[in-house]
Amino acid sequence: MATYSINEFRAGIKVLLDGDPCSIVENEFVKPGKGQAFNRVRLKNLKNGRVWERTFRASETLEAADVAEKNMQYLYNDGEYWHFMEPDTFEQHQADEIVVGDAAQWLRDQDTCIVTLYNGSPLVVTAANHVELEIVETDPGLKGDTAQGGTKPATLSTGAVIKVPLFINQGEVVRVDTRTGEYLCRAKD
Amino acid sequence: MTEPAWQPTATIEAIARRAELYADIRAYFSAQDVLEVEVPVLGQYGVTDVHIDNLQGTVGGQKVYLQSSPEYFLKRLLAAYGRAVYSLGKAFREGESGARHHREFTMLEWYRPAWDEHQLMDEVADLMSAIGFESGTPSASDNLGSSDNPATEPQRLSYRDAFFTATGLDPHRAADAELRELAAQLGLSSGSDSRSTCLDFIFSFKVEPNLSMGLVFIYDYPAAQAALAKLSEDRDGNPIARRFEAFLNRMEVANGYWELCDADEQRQRFEADNQTRVALGKKPMAIDEAILAALSHGLPACAGVALGLDRVLMQLLGLSSISEVLSFSEPPD
Repeated sequence: MATYSINEFRAGIKVLLDGDPCSIVENEFVKPGKGQAFNRVRLKNLKNGRVWERTFRASETLEAADVAEKNMQYLYNDGEYWHFMEPDTFEQHQADEIVVGDAAQWLRDQDTCIVTLYNGSPLVVTAANHVELEIVETDPGLKGDTAQGGTKPATLSTGAVIKVPLFINQGEVVRVDTRTGEYLCRAKD
Repeated sequence: MTEPAWQPTATIEAIARRAELYADIRAYFSAQDVLEVEVPVLGQYGVTDVHIDNLQGTVGGQKVYLQSSPEYFLKRLLAAYGRAVYSLGKAFREGESGARHHREFTMLEWYRPAWDEHQLMDEVADLMSAIGFESGTPSASDNLGSSDNPATEPQRLSYRDAFFTATGLDPHRAADAELRELAAQLGLSSGSDSRSTCLDFIFSFKVEPNLSMGLVFIYDYPAAQAALAKLSEDRDGNPIARRFEAFLNRMEVANGYWELCDADEQRQRFEADNQTRVALGKKPMAIDEAILAALSHGLPACAGVALGLDRVLMQLLGLSSISEVLSFSEPPD
């Protein structure tokens, strides 16, 4: 069983804490001159995305978590599961609603996304930071309103609803930041 | 092939400020008739301190230790000549690396025969003024007593008072279970910690962040954290160590003692350290018989303090990482 000692902790290392796989965000060394050394560690729980802060004695160890992040192609949704494929090995994985979570609203067939595997099974699905999606429904565009900076809701082909500038029309393809859900620009074609 | 990182980690301004700091320190001690001395950085013995590990190696088949502080050599000089002495040089500690720690650092350590730790705290405060550390001058619009204002005068608090103010617990009298519970609340992973470890943790994570800005002295440490200080009792009858620490803007910079001079008691503390080391799964360290022989010969009553100059420089320059004041930090970040 692989373990890491606390002083080996670097950002990005994956460990098990309270049975959950976590990614190290930050590791701060704290030691009174004559006293016990501690490490104040910020860890992101990969299951639920929550960030924990925990302090360990420098002599402690934690078990390594078998976690790998892979770029995969999103294939389709069969109504219950989302299916992904590793482009180099063609190995397929299926993920349920909990694993896919918010990423579902950004996934378009054939697009590449990041699937985090824990003990070989999908744990988290992360959409690409920027995606280009077609607007399937929005109020008609208002010419000449470009300067006012107003927005209106628009529904994308994946079902996500975002705010777009008033001049954007149904049928146009827009670029969106999936981390914030914000419209970035019209996609160049 | 990438080029090896060869460039310094400190700016030339930080390097020049360090040179000025050393010049100010030497001028200060010269005026006070405290003698600068050279002592080995490579010794035949390390230290038994439970939480300090020496960097070590082998030279010509003999085990050698890079010194974690010049303390034992300086005390041997004191025992032999009785003069006030200081050393400004490198010290080394294994496994210490972070924003405030580096395995090799610069320590100023000095001893004052016939003084106690309170007189030495006065001198630390004097020295801080002499090197240009500003405790901060509140502007006219600031309200007196506002906690965000830096203290204009150095503050002096007992460990008990600082601890109680920050936590509501008396570090001398609180039950072990109460200290453990507070440590857990503050985010310490579960474990069976000694009282001393709980105190270290709570002090680092709750008491230190609650200290005033500027120069703050904490004195009368719990007896269990005596290290090389004399034991005594405070006015409420709590067993305490005649030890102090200095903090600059909440950062620990110095540790001082009214020095233990009794060779037998010193030997007992070394042996107790080794027992604790073994219990923690660490190797016991050979006891330095030379320092014990010097104590047996007679160390004059004295107070001594060690000051981390890299951290002082960080405070003078307002820098947050020790690598920024080291010409070449290892590893560079």
